[in-house]
Amino acid sequence: MSAENTLSPEHTAENTIVDTGPNYREILYNGIWKNNPALVQLLGLCPLLAVTSTVVNAIGLGLATTVVLLGSNIAVSLIRNYVSEAVRLPAFVMIIASFTTCIELIMQAYTYELYQILGIFIPLIVTNCAILGRADAFASRNPVAPSALDGLMMGIGFTMVLVLLGGMRELIGQGTLFSDMQLLFGDMAISWRLEVFSNYPNVLFAVLPPGAFIGLGLLIAIKNYLDEKEKARIAKTKEGEEKVSRRVRVTD
Amino acid sequence: MALLRITSPHTHRAGRRTSWVMQMVILATLPGLLVQTWLFGYGTLINLFIACATALISEAFILKLRRRPIGFFLADYSALLTAVLLALALPPTVPWWLTVTAVAFSVIFAKQVYGGLGNNPFNPAMVGYAICLVSFPVPMTQWIGASELIQAGATPTFSDSLAAIFGTLPTVDSYTMATPLDAFKHKDGLMSSEAFSSILGLQSANLSSWMWVNVAYLLGGLALIWLRIITWHTPISMLAALAVMAGVFYAIDPSNAATPVFHLTTGAAMLGAFFIATDPVSSCTSNRGKLFYGAGIGILIYVIRSWGGYPDGVAFAVLLMNFAAPLIDYYTQPRTYGHKKAKKGLAGGDK
Repeated sequence: MSAENTLSPEHTAENTIVDTGPNYREILYNGIWKNNPALVQLLGLCPLLAVTSTVVNAIGLGLATTVVLLGSNIAVSLIRNYVSEAVRLPAFVMIIASFTTCIELIMQAYTYELYQILGIFIPLIVTNCAILGRADAFASRNPVAPSALDGLMMGIGFTMVLVLLGGMRELIGQGTLFSDMQLLFGDMAISWRLEVFSNYPNVLFAVLPPGAFIGLGLLIAIKNYLDEKEKARIAKTKEGEEKVSRRVRVTD
Repeated sequence: MALLRITSPHTHRAGRRTSWVMQMVILATLPGLLVQTWLFGYGTLINLFIACATALISEAFILKLRRRPIGFFLADYSALLTAVLLALALPPTVPWWLTVTAVAFSVIFAKQVYGGLGNNPFNPAMVGYAICLVSFPVPMTQWIGASELIQAGATPTFSDSLAAIFGTLPTVDSYTMATPLDAFKHKDGLMSSEAFSSILGLQSANLSSWMWVNVAYLLGGLALIWLRIITWHTPISMLAALAVMAGVFYAIDPSNAATPVFHLTTGAAMLGAFFIATDPVSSCTSNRGKLFYGAGIGILIYVIRSWGGYPDGVAFAVLLMNFAAPLIDYYTQPRTYGHKKAKKGLAGGDK
């Protein structure tokens, strides 16, 4: 929820040469990498750690969260000029709760077994700070189109981390990948199950929440490592440029 | 690196380097190692080799990743000590990949991720042990029984131990038996006296082999106290607390509880008291703090053994008290010379 990512008009005016409204590429980059809700903002950790024991659970909850994020961002953006500062948070929570209820009913109707596995974590999407955070920090200050894109990108960023963590934990915990996908994609997905290691002793630790904490820590470490490398690369190219300019100054 | 005493008097003896201390602790486990090999076969020795190799490789790997001098840190023997303690704690029949997992997890996640030796809040060996106990309960609770009582009639030969560790030994069940603690935990409705006369794991041969293991670790531990590598506070208060708890509950209900002697001479009581609870990094600093810390471990061991889900509780008790060690340290700071009162509590510590 840092203020630097809210694209207020003044902010974009500084960054872009021609003030043509919000920068869509930046929204995309923020949601998926730079301000990823799970890896950087560390929001929504409760469902992230609790349900990512398999890929299918992760995809299920990730999709549900993405839909709620998208819907709530659009709705909040639509009413942003009509809701006073004092009641905005209750209004946002009501919107989010309505979307969550919709998703819950839809999952109950179409993916009943997955709905039972995810259990309390579907209604708990309401309390996911990432959703309220985007509603307050972005959607309530921006027009509908960028808000919708922001919701979608934040949702995809969150889902990607969920799926990655789910894959890691399923692989280490049970030695399989994509098992039980039929819960989400119907009977054709039964054959998607990959038995990566045969005769694998189940590692209960990776299935339990402590394994999720360590897995998330490793993912954050990898992201920081890649960022650091990128920073070093940029610094190196800059250094090269500076050397050139310094020599110019000397001859001057 | 020199291992200085944390509390006064800050004497610095020549030659008392970290590597020397670690070497001495490893040497002090020797009686226990020999007795375990004598009573339970070569499995412990094979585990020891696997564990040491894994510890050195994973330590070197992570040091390279962290761009630290590899030779300097490998030469402090701390990774080897972790490996030795784990090899002694793991059952002699565990498959090789379990030992590798436990040791690699200890060195990489419990020690190096926190910043290496001296920065780990938890005892690395016990973290690895607990992870494996939670993840693989079946191989982690299979122990070799006393040779008079098991079907095979003798301790496993070297080749049988090797076969049990690398691959599957179909006859491994003829060597294994419930440990006394495991057997006592699952005596179900039996009275204590009936359990000791009828259950196989509680026969005197099995009890005495575990007693010999504990006596061997006691000897090694006394050597460590004599060398002043550890102080008496942690082990004595831990064993005393365990004995007092066992004594009180035995006095209240002798038909369902075991005697204090049973609790002190079975499981990892002595290994835990002298080698695991006394880890200078993750335990308490002041002598008074060590007394509270040890007593906490002793009480928790009895609680876990009697009412918990696992037959022995040394690993979990030590990890739980590792959590509490910083807090105990805040409240047990010794009085500084020139001050009338000792600092106490968080406010005193943070200023």
